[in-house]
Amino acid sequence: MAQSTPSARPNQLFRNLNSKIASIPMIFVALVIFLGGSIWTVVYSFTNSRLLPRTNFVGFDQYERLWASSRWIISIQNLAIYGILSLIFSLVVGFVLAALMDQKIRFENVFRTIFLYPFALSFIVTGLVWQWILNPDFGIQGIVRSLGWESFDFNPIYDADIVIYGILIAGLWQGTGLVMCLMLAGLRGIDEDIWKAARVDGIPMWRTYIFIVIPMMRPVFVTTLVIIGAGIVKLYDLVVAQTSGGPGNASEVPAKYVYDYMFQAQNLGQGFAASTMMLLTVAIIIIPWAYLEFGGRKRG
Amino acid sequence: MRIRSFAAVMAATVALPCIVQAADLEVTHWWTSGGEAAAVKELANAFNATGNKWVDGAIAGSGSTARPIMISRITGGDPMGATQFNHGRQAEELVQSGLMRDLTEVAEKGKWKEVIKPASLLDSCTYEGKIYCAPVNIHSWQWLWVSNAAFEKAGVPAPKDWNEFVAAGPKLREAGIQPLAIGSQAFQVNGLFDTLVITVGGKELYEKVYKDKDEEAAAGPEMAKVFAAAVQARELARGNNVQDWNQATNLVITGKAGGQIMGDWAQGEFQQAGQTAGKEYSCLAGLGLNEVLTTGGDAIYFPLLKDEAKAKAQEALAETIVDPKVQVAFNLKKGSVPIRSDIDMAAANDCMKKGIDIIAKGGTATSVDQLLSTDSMKQKEDLMSEFFAKASMTPEAAQERFAEIIGSAD
Repeated sequence: MAQSTPSARPNQLFRNLNSKIASIPMIFVALVIFLGGSIWTVVYSFTNSRLLPRTNFVGFDQYERLWASSRWIISIQNLAIYGILSLIFSLVVGFVLAALMDQKIRFENVFRTIFLYPFALSFIVTGLVWQWILNPDFGIQGIVRSLGWESFDFNPIYDADIVIYGILIAGLWQGTGLVMCLMLAGLRGIDEDIWKAARVDGIPMWRTYIFIVIPMMRPVFVTTLVIIGAGIVKLYDLVVAQTSGGPGNASEVPAKYVYDYMFQAQNLGQGFAASTMMLLTVAIIIIPWAYLEFGGRKRG
Repeated sequence: MRIRSFAAVMAATVALPCIVQAADLEVTHWWTSGGEAAAVKELANAFNATGNKWVDGAIAGSGSTARPIMISRITGGDPMGATQFNHGRQAEELVQSGLMRDLTEVAEKGKWKEVIKPASLLDSCTYEGKIYCAPVNIHSWQWLWVSNAAFEKAGVPAPKDWNEFVAAGPKLREAGIQPLAIGSQAFQVNGLFDTLVITVGGKELYEKVYKDKDEEAAAGPEMAKVFAAAVQARELARGNNVQDWNQATNLVITGKAGGQIMGDWAQGEFQQAGQTAGKEYSCLAGLGLNEVLTTGGDAIYFPLLKDEAKAKAQEALAETIVDPKVQVAFNLKKGSVPIRSDIDMAAANDCMKKGIDIIAKGGTATSVDQLLSTDSMKQKEDLMSEFFAKASMTPEAAQERFAEIIGSAD
């Protein structure tokens, strides 16, 4: 085909035309809804919009108020604690569970189902379940006390200092099963021969995992990281169901601040400012990472 | 036979819209607890009697859950026939942007200006001289509900006012009774605080702070007294493990708690438990300190609709709401005070009569909902829920932030 027009290069734009046409809706959605919506939000965060969007610009007033608000500061701190701990624990616990599952144990299917089951529940259900389990009168504390250990004290839901850990427990209970499954899939993708070679060389199992298997599972870890990260930033329904931000505002999170100010306080400007800050935080983390991951070297 | 009945049905479907000028009207509201649902039924029956049909759109959860749903339906172009809001500024911007229906004609026909008392209720419905809502009832916050059994158990006489209640606190705790019951929902601590402002601080201070938004008064020594009282309340409330207001009321009903500061809707719970005022429980209006009641409550708003028949039905509903008979039936079930003073409420219980009496005597103040925008209310709620949950927060620090909120409030 190319022989007939040897001088002209095939037009890059029309190469693989079918797939390009097929992806137009996706590109449209990404540009108009995601990008367009984000830009619209950022622009209106500089206005004093209340119940309805208005183009009355007030500069950085909404941001000043946001950062002067103690509830927002608490929200950020809570998200940081929840985020860091849930990232570490779900990766570590998820990987350890997957490694244990990988030992060709009996009833693997049963265990896998049990561990993955919480993930099938919505965050609302998870939150309510753990609200009951952690209830001091009916839950763990009540049961242990009724067994005779009267001084037992475990009341995270109603203690402002540790309430975020109560939410973390529920979040881990729900999310770890999925991490385990992803890790297990990654482990199953490792060639048997590598294990055999490691055994021949006399490398202990834990070292094989840490120095050979984990580096080979890099793509799986990246996927898992993205999934966990997205779950952390959008943390909202779990808090609403479990504590509704209480006691006081000790378990507030940024997403809840956004919702409450946009719809309950009827102050869109303030809500937009808060959501812009969330976007900015995510961008600060994602952009350098994406640059390192995709920008440094060209693939294919 | 079959053909004939089929023909009859066909004829009926054609004829029906011509004969009856009625319409189905969806009404959204958050009246979902036992007493509230019974009250709604009265209203729905009265409306159905006008030949229209009430389509119930109850939204479970509190007003803060329901309001965003209602507002997004109205702004999103899918308005309901009518919807509940509280007296005040919750629907302000909807009215300003012309999404709500003007009821001035209905109001003039029914002489609303003359019959609705206090006038502040209708003022809240009015925007640029036009009336946009029909007030349904009056609720007031300033009540202390006391469990007589709890005080008996602690060996202290039942208190006559808030100060005696505070003094009895330690005795109650010794007897293993939670002195002050309160749930952890933000509106509860917020309402408790506003009650302290008007009872401990007085009506003058209340108006200076909330009506005039006087930052100096909010930071002043009078207000410091209110914050001192709030610290006492926080101490009395220590150890509460309930969420909803009616769970807290239940603690008072069962004698597990000494008392609760809650609006007059709480008495519906006492009634359902078969208790009578003065015997098992007492109610102290204005906490026994200062007999002033704020006149908040509910109103029905009507979104602007294109459908003629539905618009007619909206008028019928607005008339039904203000109708004297409906007012009596609705408010007796709801435990609230009717919006007109020219009707007979002899069937009301003692606490309700006390409230009606105070309002008739003019011991009223405008509710905070009517004075502050929802945005300022929310900021105040955030502050109060933090203050009441964190025992380490000093009243001075809280007052400073309170004054800031009042200074920037609108």
